Amino acid sequence: MPQDALSVQNVSHSFGRFQALKDVSLAVPKGGFTALLGVNGAGKTTLFSLITRLYNSTSGRIEVAGHDLRREPGAALARLGIVFQSRALDADLTVSQNLTYHAALHGIPRREAMSRAVDVLAQVGLGDKMDARVSALSGGQSRRAEIARALIHRPQILLLDEATVGLDVKSRAEVVELTRALTRQGVSALWATHIMDEIRPEDGLVILHKGQVLAAGKTAEVTGGDDLTEAFLRLTGEQA
Amino acid sequence: MSHILTPRMWLTAFLGITRRETLRFVNQRGRFLAALVRPLVWLFIFAAGFRAVLGLSITPPYQTYVLYEVYVTPGLIAMIQLFNGMQSSLTMVYDRETGAMRTLLVSPFPRWFLLGSKLVAGVIVSIIQVYTFLAIAWFWDVEPPLMGYVTVLPALILSGLMLGAMGLFLSSAIRQLENFAGVMNFVIFPMFFASTALYPLWRMRESSTLLHDICAINPFTHAVELIRFALYEQFDLLSFSVVLGCLILFFAGAVFMYDPAKGLWARRKGGA
Repeated sequence: MPQDALSVQNVSHSFGRFQALKDVSLAVPKGGFTALLGVNGAGKTTLFSLITRLYNSTSGRIEVAGHDLRREPGAALARLGIVFQSRALDADLTVSQNLTYHAALHGIPRREAMSRAVDVLAQVGLGDKMDARVSALSGGQSRRAEIARALIHRPQILLLDEATVGLDVKSRAEVVELTRALTRQGVSALWATHIMDEIRPEDGLVILHKGQVLAAGKTAEVTGGDDLTEAFLRLTGEQA
Repeated sequence: MSHILTPRMWLTAFLGITRRETLRFVNQRGRFLAALVRPLVWLFIFAAGFRAVLGLSITPPYQTYVLYEVYVTPGLIAMIQLFNGMQSSLTMVYDRETGAMRTLLVSPFPRWFLLGSKLVAGVIVSIIQVYTFLAIAWFWDVEPPLMGYVTVLPALILSGLMLGAMGLFLSSAIRQLENFAGVMNFVIFPMFFASTALYPLWRMRESSTLLHDICAINPFTHAVELIRFALYEQFDLLSFSVVLGCLILFFAGAVFMYDPAKGLWARRKGGA
């Protein structure tokens, strides 16, 4: 069986008495687009914080491209690209300055970083924005620049936490489509969202609710042919 | 991609962090101006007003009577570094509220190194501010010996690191941006006024022994004295030891607080 790009096994996490994640397991296959669907407060951001080692996971096991996050944090983090829910680019700096800074955080020297910046910006359709200040970009452009930033160290998996929040319909569709295009080029993606429209029947799907995985598999299998919204409400036992 | 971090990669990461801090500083001209105007106002107005009121006896490292402007200069230098340290802690809190802090912390390099690099970058920025201030002060009759400008550099590095580490440590404890106003009131002002920045220790003893003792244990006092002696080509062992000790303490505290397994990250819920 081929190794998964990301594997989370039996991970739980608590903040004091509040248990945010209960025995969560999921896998993102290589080159796959997997949606992590859950309402706000389901535990998506907590799970991302554990995968990115912002919090320490004490139970279960997280592996990035076969590297155990607890035993080889450096190797695991080097293979992760992350687009956070909140803005992570310096508005005062140019796009290329932001990208080379991020590359430096992965030990990539400036010259190499500049040439990679040209490539990844072309990839996300911002080839002409190298020297633009981030503050001058639109919401959608800025998100795409964040994706370019997350790609510059050539990660094997991209984590995107509600990457389309605050975007208009057109920009949202562009960002989702861009991420899908990247998976066709071999990068895997874990796409956290609460928006059903962003998920297609052929995508992998993990439904996270109140810290627990309710269902996982191909979207078409999970919904059993039903509409995703209906299936989601049925599984979570909530009303429309 | 190999996950072994070569010395060149460490250097690249360090230079990258330093470059970002300097670029941010250069781009925020208002910040540079504010950082410069603050001590100059103290020097031009406050010191001029106090000159007549405050008599200073000859205290080491000075060998003659000195003008109040001369006395107060090392204190103002330390103030620049104190504000700078707090300013970088403010950006840390701001960075944490946006995703920038997360971007830094998910780098494959260990956290002590990332925080340390950020600290050093902040000190470099503060030293640029200090020398600009000293250059302007020279025209205001604050003329330390020429070699003093060189010997003060190691002192500036050490005091800058200590005050920056203090800011780093505090930033790990501040939950939200607005609380920085509290830091101003409860950290910056008391530290500055209860120190030897504006008046010598013996003057303090005259008014209150308790206040004198508080000033004597205030790490900021020792940063001021370390700079004061170094600016006159002298070395004050006590100040050096206190500043170094505090640096180690604050930095260790900050690394502990930012550790994913310990400190605030482990306890914090949601969008930290």
